Amino acid sequence: MNTRVLVPSGVLGLGFDRQALAAGVALKPDVICIDGGSTDSGPFSLGTSTSKYSRAACVAEWRDLMAARAQLNVPLIIGSAGTCGTDDMVDWMLDITRQIATEQSDANAPALKVALLYSEQQPSDMTQAFRDKHITALQPDIGLDEATITNCAHIVALAGAEHIQAALETGADIIIAGRTTDTAIVSALPIMQGCHEGASWHAAKIAECGALCSTHPTSGVIIVEIDESGFTIFPTAKGARCTPHSVSAHMLYENTDPFVLYEPGGYLDVHNAEYHAIDERTVRVSGSKWVATLPYTLKLEGAKLVGYQSTLIALLRDAHYVSNASAWVSRLSDYLNNSVQASLDLKPDDFFIEFRLIGVDATLGELETRLSEHHEIGVLVIVTAQTQDLCDEIAKIINPFLLHYPLTDDEPLPTFAFPYSPAQSSRGPLYEFCLNHIVSVETPLSATRLVSLEISTEPTA
Amino acid sequence: MNTTLAHHVDSVRSKNAGPFWVTIDIFCGSEQAFKFVSSQLTNEQVSALMKQPVSQLKRFEIPSLNVIKFSLPRPITQGHYKDRDMHGAQWAVLLQEFPMA
Repeated sequence: MNTRVLVPSGVLGLGFDRQALAAGVALKPDVICIDGGSTDSGPFSLGTSTSKYSRAACVAEWRDLMAARAQLNVPLIIGSAGTCGTDDMVDWMLDITRQIATEQSDANAPALKVALLYSEQQPSDMTQAFRDKHITALQPDIGLDEATITNCAHIVALAGAEHIQAALETGADIIIAGRTTDTAIVSALPIMQGCHEGASWHAAKIAECGALCSTHPTSGVIIVEIDESGFTIFPTAKGARCTPHSVSAHMLYENTDPFVLYEPGGYLDVHNAEYHAIDERTVRVSGSKWVATLPYTLKLEGAKLVGYQSTLIALLRDAHYVSNASAWVSRLSDYLNNSVQASLDLKPDDFFIEFRLIGVDATLGELETRLSEHHEIGVLVIVTAQTQDLCDEIAKIINPFLLHYPLTDDEPLPTFAFPYSPAQSSRGPLYEFCLNHIVSVETPLSATRLVSLEISTEPTA
Repeated sequence: MNTTLAHHVDSVRSKNAGPFWVTIDIFCGSEQAFKFVSSQLTNEQVSALMKQPVSQLKRFEIPSLNVIKFSLPRPITQGHYKDRDMHGAQWAVLLQEFPMA
């Protein structure tokens, strides 16, 4: 049988075209799937177990998706809830779901069945898996030891289609999954319903960013229909089109290899996939292959606290300092490193002060190939140390010298522009990604926890 | 006037492929441009621009899309305190501005 999947956008919180959603709902999809996160914005979300996206934006979009689900009476799935997909963020999405269920209460509607899929991993379990040699490094091998695992603020495993299928088998109306692969939420139901496995995964990869695979990337909504040999895909926004080029090019996106995509339990191979336009907005894809592999592995993500940061920004407009900015920063940096060590009784390795010259090479650093004339330079100062108090102290020592330090000893003190007061800002904790590994498991479901519950939809008095 | 790779192609983009990799896509726009850039641009040149060993560079040529794609480990892991570009999207500029007659 065919399975029709509606993907409203690349991620909850980014928005979608409401008319395009209505047009998609009118086509009676079998499931609505949306991604809730990624590592794209950096390690802070996973480190702190918080959402990158505004709660209000997520509520507004989830409200529309819950209403669409109720209208269709099909499952609604979110993966990687709350950006990082930790257990806290599954509960955060549950809280949002409860809030909306209360608003949308209907005495005639049955209770909402919700399945929660938790994929966060306990450091103790991961330490044991490491000792048992069940954890393998991916390339580039960044190394691993028990201390790194123990020091992770949070570790998540990227769940696969089997985990979403287990949640679907509970009969859930709404599935809130922790960290999953972007594709697993889309491929799960088609595979479960007997569609072509290669086509299901390929369709999932193309559709996971919503309308990014179309000519109108910001419109959001995509419909993908998978069958026994391939899939067709089209956007629902007015004027938007999928073309063989727009669809096949999406295999390039955020992928190291445009032909092979590794997933829990195997990999997708699209070397022999063929893309044909069916009409001006619809593309048919066939020839995709799924290759199952053993042992079953899950990719891990972990973030650990490595310190704290404070920043300062000064603006140089004075032509003398703009043309000598690098020499000035070099002299200022030497002075401040000595001064901070002496003032706070610190060793050189206890802190790190970095100057980035905005307008010169702040973006590319040592990779910069271009030299050009400037009339203004921004000086971004980033202080990194083990506590926020220490960062703030160092930033306060830097502050007057960043404002007034001269290029040479025999010239008047300059005064640069500070854009705000105080010039220093506390950035808070600094996290780093510290796992690029997979863990092998005996059975797929042993790595995750599934919880079912019901939310009453009866109006409260 | 000195011409660059950007002069010959439709677009060049780069983006993280997970926290540890960056991938660069050159959309050549035509078979002619694809063949020209493919014959001119060496793996050694690309890895030198990124200051990474050439052994780490993966190169893919996709004639059906007229795309040349490079993937390599990020020069610095995403979010490391020395990382300057959280999404890795500006590294594309190094290829856009690469001299190519």
